[in-house]
Amino acid sequence: MSPRARLIVRRLLLAIPVSVLMSVFVFLMIRLVPGDPVRTMLGFRATPQNVRVVRKALGLDRSLLAQYLSWAGGLLHGNLGEDFISHTPVSTLLSTRLPVTLELTSLSMTLAVLIGVPLGVLAAARPGPVRTATEGFVVAGIAIPDFWLGIMLVLVFAGLNQILPPSGYVPLLQDPVQNLRYMILPVLTLATGEAAYIVRTTRGAMEETLGTPYVQFLRAKGLSERRIVFVHALRNAAPPILTVVGIQFGVLLGGAIVIESLFALPGVGRLIVTAIQQRNYVVVQGGVLLIAILFILVNLVTDLLVGVVDPRIEEGQPS
Amino acid sequence: MLGSRSARIGAIVLLGLVSVAVLAPVIAPHNPDSIDPSRILGAPNLAHPFGSDALGRDVLSRVMFAYRVSLSVAIGSVALAFLVGVPLGLLAGYYGGWVDTLIMRPVDMLLALPALLLAVALIAILGPGTLIALLAIAVIYIPILARVVRASTLVVAAQTYVEGARARGASSLWIIARHVMPNAIGPAIVQATVLMGFAMQIEAALSFLGLGAQPPTPSLGVMLADGRDVLTQAPWAEVFPGVAIAITVLAFNLVGDGLRRRLDPRGVAR
Repeated sequence: MSPRARLIVRRLLLAIPVSVLMSVFVFLMIRLVPGDPVRTMLGFRATPQNVRVVRKALGLDRSLLAQYLSWAGGLLHGNLGEDFISHTPVSTLLSTRLPVTLELTSLSMTLAVLIGVPLGVLAAARPGPVRTATEGFVVAGIAIPDFWLGIMLVLVFAGLNQILPPSGYVPLLQDPVQNLRYMILPVLTLATGEAAYIVRTTRGAMEETLGTPYVQFLRAKGLSERRIVFVHALRNAAPPILTVVGIQFGVLLGGAIVIESLFALPGVGRLIVTAIQQRNYVVVQGGVLLIAILFILVNLVTDLLVGVVDPRIEEGQPS
Repeated sequence: MLGSRSARIGAIVLLGLVSVAVLAPVIAPHNPDSIDPSRILGAPNLAHPFGSDALGRDVLSRVMFAYRVSLSVAIGSVALAFLVGVPLGLLAGYYGGWVDTLIMRPVDMLLALPALLLAVALIAILGPGTLIALLAIAVIYIPILARVVRASTLVVAAQTYVEGARARGASSLWIIARHVMPNAIGPAIVQATVLMGFAMQIEAALSFLGLGAQPPTPSLGVMLADGRDVLTQAPWAEVFPGVAIAITVLAFNLVGDGLRRRLDPRGVAR
């Protein structure tokens, strides 16, 4: 098996124990609540009868191991339990919310990369005022809290000038134009913060590559500067850029939790926040697990992409 | 100690910010809770440089008192993470083998979750509150600091003076405390400094969602949530708390970068 294929298989296998351990942690969540989680969930409806019924429904009366095995088994069948307030299956709740979160995060990350990489390349290749302006952008993007930026954008574009709606959502398939109108501000908010990190990493990686003897050699060979920058240097800078995209996607998922609440987007993040306020542990459990799995998957894909793109891993040579 | 000019500016700003937080009860121009119906949504003026909020309360004083709480959580959470994470990293890096695996596997597990998600999950279990938020943020940052210390410990432990101490028959714990820790701790200090700014951002986000500071405890995040209701009528109630957070993150980053030159030349800390 080529070293590249070996890398891919190894990475795939690593994702499995991580996912299992994640499921254990999420499973333990509801059991770690101080006091009686069932009583807390039911609140004023916690009659001894109701407590007994809910406890049995949640399986909290069996041994810890039995509980985990039945929960994990249910997981594999797509059964994540039931929202005790609305009696909707959690899997249904999540499947309606997931597309919203996916749309938000993928649009944001795409925009961040589309802004960040060119800016980073520009800053590395052209020192001077462009570099200083980019520095300022990076510094501001990292320091400014993203939800505050979101509120400021709402102030400018929805409050003072009614150009865009301040909150709300229309499904993409129902009305793409309206959907985008509602998504512009949230996506812009998240993308700006992410772009700052991408610019920083891109600029650093490009600067490093452009300073190597390899590039000097290419220049001596007579290659055009444009070709050097965009073909050779960028390829060498790609692994760290991809890596930071993977890491930042986790930050993005976390940020989405706040941004969804801010812009009233019916996504998984907002579901989790509402469920916490309702002490709706089963829903929280499902939501947290879903986002965690999503993050693991994204990291897996970026690691694989890095393995593919990294020019240092040659086919046929020992890794 | 801090070489460059920007680092020095950052240090001065940080000193100023910490002073404001500590001295808030003394230097705040007004009582942050005193309601003034005549000043509802009042624009900034000389008496109220940051304006007034929906209940006529002075925004500047409120920001000062909220800043105390937010900064305390930011510094406290990272300090706690430091106290737990550094020993873990030292032990994992020095002993290696199964000790390393035993310590770093759960640590890596925690790193597999997005930070804010982990904090939110912990608060879901333990309930909202300032102290819980502090604990949750500390839990997020323990793995990062442990990793950084472990990486620098691996380098330091391979040095000849450590081998020499071992040959002299010194106990491992003594070697770690006397030789390894002082030399390995630099990058962790740099990392911790930078993390304090981000901790403030996370605390603000949690409080904004109602999961952090609970009334009547003030917090910049709570102010940001409240300011939304009067956003167009009194934007100053929303602008200034956010600016306070941004300046703090900036200051911590500048100081961290300055410390990096001295304490972390190899760039172990991110």
